[in-house]
Amino acid sequence: MTRMAATRDGYGQALLDLADNPKVVVLEADLGKSTKSLHFRKAHPERTVSCGIGEQNMLLVGAGLASAGYIPFASTFAIFTERAFEQMRNGVARPNLPVHLCGSHGGTHTGTDGSSAQSIEDLAVFRTLPNVVVMHPCDDVSTRALTMQLPALGQPSYMRTARNKTPVLYDGRENEIQIGKGIVLQDGHDVGIIACGVLVSEAIKAAEQLASQGISACVVDMHTLKPIDGDLIDKLVAQCGALVTAEDHNIIGGLGGAVAEHLVSNTPAPLERVGVQDRFGESGQSDEMLEVMQISAPYIAAAAQRAINRK
Amino acid sequence: MAGEHMSVRIEEIEEMARKCRVEIVKMVYRAQAGHPGGSLSEIDLLAALYATRMRVRPDDPKWADRDRFILSKGHASPGMYAILAEMGFISHEDLKSYRVLGGVCQGHVDMKWCPGVDFSAGSLGMGLSFGMGCAIAAKLDKSDRRAFVMIGDGEMQEGSVWEAAMAAAHHELGNLKVILDRNRIQNDDFCEAQMRMFDIPAKWRSFGWNVKEIDGHNMTEVMEGLDFLEAEENSNGPSILIAHTIKGGGISYMENNPSFHGAAPNEEQFKLAMIELGEAEA
Repeated sequence: MTRMAATRDGYGQALLDLADNPKVVVLEADLGKSTKSLHFRKAHPERTVSCGIGEQNMLLVGAGLASAGYIPFASTFAIFTERAFEQMRNGVARPNLPVHLCGSHGGTHTGTDGSSAQSIEDLAVFRTLPNVVVMHPCDDVSTRALTMQLPALGQPSYMRTARNKTPVLYDGRENEIQIGKGIVLQDGHDVGIIACGVLVSEAIKAAEQLASQGISACVVDMHTLKPIDGDLIDKLVAQCGALVTAEDHNIIGGLGGAVAEHLVSNTPAPLERVGVQDRFGESGQSDEMLEVMQISAPYIAAAAQRAINRK
Repeated sequence: MAGEHMSVRIEEIEEMARKCRVEIVKMVYRAQAGHPGGSLSEIDLLAALYATRMRVRPDDPKWADRDRFILSKGHASPGMYAILAEMGFISHEDLKSYRVLGGVCQGHVDMKWCPGVDFSAGSLGMGLSFGMGCAIAAKLDKSDRRAFVMIGDGEMQEGSVWEAAMAAAHHELGNLKVILDRNRIQNDDFCEAQMRMFDIPAKWRSFGWNVKEIDGHNMTEVMEGLDFLEAEENSNGPSILIAHTIKGGGISYMENNPSFHGAAPNEEQFKLAMIELGEAEA
């Protein structure tokens, strides 16, 4: 039986693990119970700063702390990080201050709260900022492992986590997770499926469906969107000759955009992008949203077939 | 440190400010761009602050336990650069790099480019939040260093200023000291025409701040105002010094003239400014 867990729990656990470092501080904007920074707050209230419902202020309080040698971890819903985009741009990224921003509840998978809470553009907007590392891990183990690496990063980051539980893929494999390095979860030679976040497990399901049709798919967890693992993309092109990206995010500017940008400048190959088709979400259960948005396993498998046909 | 600033005479600070005014006008004239108005309104405050209060080491600008100064109205950079040159953080030759490719004196103050600059400003409404982070860091370090932040009056129209105002009072940041350059003019027009401010001291008091008003060009009042910011009895929470100033103060044709928020003088105007500042014969 596959263990199920939410990536936000991996984030919360990592903050607790990082507390031994006295420079680690946590900033909250009234959503610590949701992003899971509350565990750190309970254990270390003296190093937790409530910024109220004020995301713009929170980002720059973090910048001030970082300028004095602290390592701030700020979190809120992914959608509300966007409200502080210019603070992230001008006050954090531009002076390259290592503030680590986590946006939980990202994507349409967030579910019944509806479109106002379903960020489908966070990965795209933060990817445009120089100096900022952008991540969207797929399970609690990799979320925890990536978060644990952030104090040594020395530059700002944005990480999207998800509200709802997804299959855990990396139990006992923490040591394989490294910022900037995609992970081949399943090898194959007909098509390469590159996924991130909640769609990684859907990509594995799609590969199973393709296998039943005699198609061999390679599945990659691209947990880091920036810097994108170009070497791995090149390898997939050489090995498979056709690619699919899959993300719970607008098809504009996210994982599909990042892979496409790499392809056009290096080794062009057919690419099909599975993602939210430039529209807003709506209220629904997580599994329903994957169908409504046409990003579940069958849609990934169909995209793989299209990509292969374009070879 | 108590009483140390008394050794610097009022006349000396006024002369420092005069020299800075000369440099401000020269910088903007050379670049034929920039923001003289807000630089001239803030300069008496900056001169007094740096000459008598700031615990900094110009030969070690990144000294960890230094007081921080955050110029949130980052467009008023010529004033900041002039002070940094007076203090020895940068050379007077460096002032010629204002708005020039590769120069330490970027158009808006930038911590990545200029020694002595603690925050990369230029986008309004950000400095107070950053200063709050600096103040919290000082407390976590159990250091008595302070975070001084200068904001503008037009800047108070940015909503994030009030996020920070509320949060700094909630966290009782007695080491956060704000100076408001109340020069009454913003980019397009007088503040009162752009967005009425109503009772500014009452706004800050109601947010839980210690508040004092002064004439920002009267050096005796400026020193009293800085005493207020440093006073032990005001260490219970954040304090703001509301300094009433004159935009373009010190240059007759720039004073209270919205045109000189962001415009350079022409040759004739430059010569007149040098005469008014005592640098040239009439």
